[in-house]
Amino acid sequence: MSQEKNMSDDQDVITGIKAPVYLKYNFTAGAAPARFLAQIKKGVLTGQRCPKCSAVYVPPRGSCASCGVATEEEVVLSDKATVQSFTIVSIPIPGNPIQPPYIIANVVPDGANISFIHLLSECVNEEIHIGQRVQAVWKPEAEWDYAMDNIRYFKPLDEADVPVDRIGKLPVTGLEG
Amino acid sequence: MANLAAVVGIGQTKYTTKRTDVSIAGLVREAAVNALKDADLTWNDIDAVIVGKAPDMFEGVIMPEIYLTDALGCNGKPMLRVHTAGSVGGSTALVAASHVQSGTFKRVLTVSFEKQSESNAMWALSNPQPFSTHLNAGAGGYFAPIIREYMRRSKAPYNVGIKVAVKDRLHGARNPLAHLQKPDITMQEVEDSFMLWDPIRFLESCPSSDGACAMVIANEELATKAPKPPAWIRGVAMRSEPTMYAGRDEVNPQAGRDCAADVYKQAGITNPRKDLDCAEVYVPFSWYEPMWLENLGFAPKGEGWKLTMAGATSLDEGGDIPWNCSGGVLSSNPIGASGMIRFAEAARQVRGDAGAHQVEGAKLALGHAYGGGAQFFAMWVVGSQKS
Repeated sequence: MSQEKNMSDDQDVITGIKAPVYLKYNFTAGAAPARFLAQIKKGVLTGQRCPKCSAVYVPPRGSCASCGVATEEEVVLSDKATVQSFTIVSIPIPGNPIQPPYIIANVVPDGANISFIHLLSECVNEEIHIGQRVQAVWKPEAEWDYAMDNIRYFKPLDEADVPVDRIGKLPVTGLEG
Repeated sequence: MANLAAVVGIGQTKYTTKRTDVSIAGLVREAAVNALKDADLTWNDIDAVIVGKAPDMFEGVIMPEIYLTDALGCNGKPMLRVHTAGSVGGSTALVAASHVQSGTFKRVLTVSFEKQSESNAMWALSNPQPFSTHLNAGAGGYFAPIIREYMRRSKAPYNVGIKVAVKDRLHGARNPLAHLQKPDITMQEVEDSFMLWDPIRFLESCPSSDGACAMVIANEELATKAPKPPAWIRGVAMRSEPTMYAGRDEVNPQAGRDCAADVYKQAGITNPRKDLDCAEVYVPFSWYEPMWLENLGFAPKGEGWKLTMAGATSLDEGGDIPWNCSGGVLSSNPIGASGMIRFAEAARQVRGDAGAHQVEGAKLALGHAYGGGAQFFAMWVVGSQKS
């Protein structure tokens, strides 16, 4: 026994190990997002209007964060939208197969007063600009699920730019409406 | 009216990519011991401990404050954890200050930290959500469109962000604790660096750092007896607003403007550029300097970039209102600690203890932090005099 070499003598000092943590969540949507997700499964983009300031939220969370009141009234939105701002990203997103460079834009659908982020595609990256008109490109209907990803991306529309002071204020019928 | 309180001890760690020689507990203890030494105090002199860090997902250690009680000498003492995302270092200092200003405790230790190397902070909060597309390209991906909108509104030249990136790294080269040490950085080097999230280049972004910052805050009686000059807390303010609401001005958030107005009023500041001697402001992406110059009232709307380009915020150019003399978040970013570092560096300036990045004769300084989607704000004004 005494002739055996002490095991700790020839081992490297271990200061850390990799121990990935996997967390699986059950997402409870709540009333407003549940209605939004049910509609988007049918290929319809919906928002909710604030009873106090009349702003239309998409995706709705069931309240107006500005007025602090619940939103009830459901509003059908257009799948045409305006680019409020954007970034051209040159790094991949872990867990997302998208290849850089790609454009993430803050887009405001016609009829809504707040933007959400989505992908822009079928475009020349260098030509995208604030105020640009775009429209949703949907996945085939058979693939629709309870997910924002039913919209594959937005692509440029051949329409006049929206003046900056009107971005986020268009009716559901668009700039001319 | 709150009682007077002051910073009597400051401790930091050397900021770096990976501190493999210490655990999280070892890291926070190092900063805490340095702060106690600076104050010439021992663990027994501390009444309570206030801890802050950014979201737990950044290291994957849930409620780390529980296991840090031993390392921070607060077994059997009151301890509190603060959560306000990236602004947390600032909010933590304010919560600590409030426990002294209210008279609850005479002397508290406050510590904040991040050990980014323990996990992957850049992606930790980018989890898929069903009501949104999975396009969360990190903090840079979130802030880049807001910066683009600032550039459009202000018509600022494209190289303002490049100038800030150089200026803060030159400041950082004066600070031996700063993570990035780039004394030879040039505008060309920044301009040629990789465009990560257009319009944000690699060198216009903050690094990922391990580090901790600590302060001892004492009441008036104890601060007056402290061996080193105290930094008197002359104003404290916190404000927040929702991440998303219709009509939100993300470029110039109302919560930031309101927070600044409140802290200036307490400190008797009417013209921040003139009344303050320097400021440590949370600038993780270089364009946030001109944006916050406007949000914090140092420049009129749309003109923050003019101060930057004129060298007003540069120590090396002899500017009248140096910003981030320590090198700022652009030189060191242990996320949870970054806000507290701003507060502590403001205090170092008015204590006359900032070494090679000292602003000569600094008497009044602003510490600032923001977090989340630029929705949480924390600020304090510290002075060399009580009033």
